[in-house]
Amino acid sequence: MARRPEHLAPPEIFYGVDESRKYTSNSRMIDIQLTMSERAVELMALPEDRHCLLLDLGCGSGLSGSVLEEHGHTWVGVDISKAMLDVARDREVEGDLLLGDLGQGLPFRAGAFDGAISISALQWLCNADKAGHKPAKRLLAFFSSLYASLSRGSRAVLQFYPENNQQTELVMAQATRAGFFGGLVIDFPHSTKAKKVFLVLMTGGAQALPQALGTGASEQEEDQVGYSSERVRGKPQRFQRKGLKNSRDWVQEKKERRRRQGKQTANDSKYSARRRCGKF
Amino acid sequence: MKLLTHNMLSSRCIKGVSVGYPLKISAKNVRLVNCDFDTDFTVRIIQKLDWNALWEAAESVGHADDIPKNLSDIDDYDKNDEFLRKVHHVVLEVEVIEGELECPETGRKFPIEDGVPNMLLNEDEV
Repeated sequence: MARRPEHLAPPEIFYGVDESRKYTSNSRMIDIQLTMSERAVELMALPEDRHCLLLDLGCGSGLSGSVLEEHGHTWVGVDISKAMLDVARDREVEGDLLLGDLGQGLPFRAGAFDGAISISALQWLCNADKAGHKPAKRLLAFFSSLYASLSRGSRAVLQFYPENNQQTELVMAQATRAGFFGGLVIDFPHSTKAKKVFLVLMTGGAQALPQALGTGASEQEEDQVGYSSERVRGKPQRFQRKGLKNSRDWVQEKKERRRRQGKQTANDSKYSARRRCGKF
Repeated sequence: MKLLTHNMLSSRCIKGVSVGYPLKISAKNVRLVNCDFDTDFTVRIIQKLDWNALWEAAESVGHADDIPKNLSDIDDYDKNDEFLRKVHHVVLEVEVIEGELECPETGRKFPIEDGVPNMLLNEDEV
């Protein structure tokens, strides 16, 4: 099992000077953070061309904040790690920064913000780092103060890495208790690496959840048990032989699988799976 | 910390505090920054702002001359470009770098260092 950072140390210690530096130098980490922030902004579904006041929860070095800036919004960020906020200040982000613990509740007055995003922060609240910490209580304090500080009809999109099902259930239950509507949007559910869990919370009554990436509507139909009046002849699908290795079918199947996992795949053409001529 | 953020901040999270608003500012070091002006955003922000709290905050950092004490003194503020620019300046371009915020009910102080207010509470305060 991969080690999870929240098992190693509390966030204010784990995100020390060394770890924070990675968020300015490691291009892979930066890339992942930016992609997830872009997706979170998309899920937040703000009105077009409107300059909004947004909240970034667990803003860290302000990478997600810079995505908000690119979309032309003003933001306020909250984080518990001083070192990360120092990095954000050195990067000269436009947003305002606060040092605060999300589990103690957000220090804002009612209806202050038009929306909120949070990238990879929520799972930290599911851990008890101090003797007095009760994850359920801290999550409820967080969600109810978040609910209060959002204006009606706005959304909060929180990307997080749930450790197991119980954790997801706990988070969902506390969000519902705080008054939120909404649910999970899971992008690329078939892939272990590209899979991303977004908790989309809405304040203004029940609305339809946005469509997740990597699962087309047609695929959803495939998941359901089909009905056919005709008897299926021949071998069941799982016993059917796979296409011969390196054949066109085999290549096609492999490409399909990669597309389902959300990986980069070459387009299909008449040249797919053809052999090169022997000339060099 | 910009005055816009200050206008949204409260100390409600402390145990036993019901409103916790507005926090008193005592600023030691204030800096001016540049920020692009956006008419629509400023108009919508004025609707959200608690004007009394903004005026008190502006006064405590020495920028109260730019804005009137009562918002009702200005007619049709959404069309008054000069007024909107002044509000924009006070709300987004004045930054408190060093100082303190004080909870109006308990007197608990939150230090501001390098422009970042420390809103962390002790375990016995929540």
